[in-house]
Amino acid sequence: MIVTTGWYLALGAALFSMGAVGLLVRRNPLVMFMCVELMLNAVNLTFVSLGAELGDLGGQLSVFFVLVVAAAEVVVGLAVIVAIMRRRSGATVDDLSVLGG
Amino acid sequence: MEVAVFTLGAVIVLSGGLGVLLARNPVHAALFLVQTLFGVAVLFVLLEATFLAAVQVMVYAGAIVILFLFVIMLLGVDRAEDLGIEPIVGQRPMAAVVGVSLAGLLATVLLVAVDGLTGARGGTPLGDAGDNTRRLGEALFTDMVFAVELTAILLTVAVVGAVALARRLNGPMQPLPVVAIAEADDQPEDVDDDPAEATGDGS
Repeated sequence: MIVTTGWYLALGAALFSMGAVGLLVRRNPLVMFMCVELMLNAVNLTFVSLGAELGDLGGQLSVFFVLVVAAAEVVVGLAVIVAIMRRRSGATVDDLSVLGG
Repeated sequence: MEVAVFTLGAVIVLSGGLGVLLARNPVHAALFLVQTLFGVAVLFVLLEATFLAAVQVMVYAGAIVILFLFVIMLLGVDRAEDLGIEPIVGQRPMAAVVGVSLAGLLATVLLVAVDGLTGARGGTPLGDAGDNTRRLGEALFTDMVFAVELTAILLTVAVVGAVALARRLNGPMQPLPVVAIAEADDQPEDVDDDPAEATGDGS
C-alpha cells in the first residue's frame, strides 16, 4: 500500500472542517483564533501535498506566504483581544456583538 | 513504512484538532494546537518539504502558540469554559451539520480533482529533499522578491498596529458600551466602571 495525494487531501479536509466547526461552536475568542490556525494548517497541508503531486515548488512557496500572513494576523488579532479584555475581562464573542455596529 | 508514518501523523493531527475543539481550558487548547502543528510538521517531512517542516515547528509551535499562551496568562482567562451551556439554541447541531457537509464537499472535490489535475506545471520544479531549502530561497529571492518585500512591510505594519492597539492609554478605562443582549438579560455589572467586576458570562 502506498500513500497517495488523496490521503493528504482527505486529512486536510477533515482538519479544515474541524477548525470550521470549532469556529462556529466555541465562544472564547482565543480558542476561535486557534481554530482559524487549524484551518490554515489544513490548507497548508493541501498546498504541500498538491505541490508534491505536481512536482512544483509553487505549493511550498504559497505555504511560506500563508505562514507570514498567519503570523501577522495572530499578532493583530491578539492585540485586539488584549485591548477588549482589559475593558471587559472574560468577555466572550457573544458579549462583543456591539462591534457589529 | 510510509503508510505507518502517515497514519501516525494523521492520528496526531486529528486528535490534536479534536482536543482544540473540545478542550474546556484555553491553555489545554493551545497545547493541543501544538500537537496538531507537530503532526503537520511530520507530514511535511514525509512530503519532503523539509524547510517548511522546520519553519512549522519554529514559527508556529515556537512563536505563535507561545504568543497565545502569553496572552492567556497575561489576561488570566485560563479558567475553564463551561461547554454545557449552549448560548444559541440549535447552534451545535447546525455547526455539526455544516462541518460534516463541508468535510464531505471538500473531500469529494479534492479526491475528484486529484484524478484529473489540469493546467500548466509551474516554472519552478521541485527538487529532492536535500535541495529543498536552496530551491525555496532561490525562488523567493529571485522570482518572488517583490512579494517577499511586501510581506516584510505587512509584518512591520502588523507589529506597529499591535503596539498601537495594545498600548495602555492614560486615564481611567472606559467600559465598552452596554450590549443589547446584556440589557435584555438585565446584568447590572456590565455598566460598572471597575473592569475587575465587569465580568461577562460563560468563559
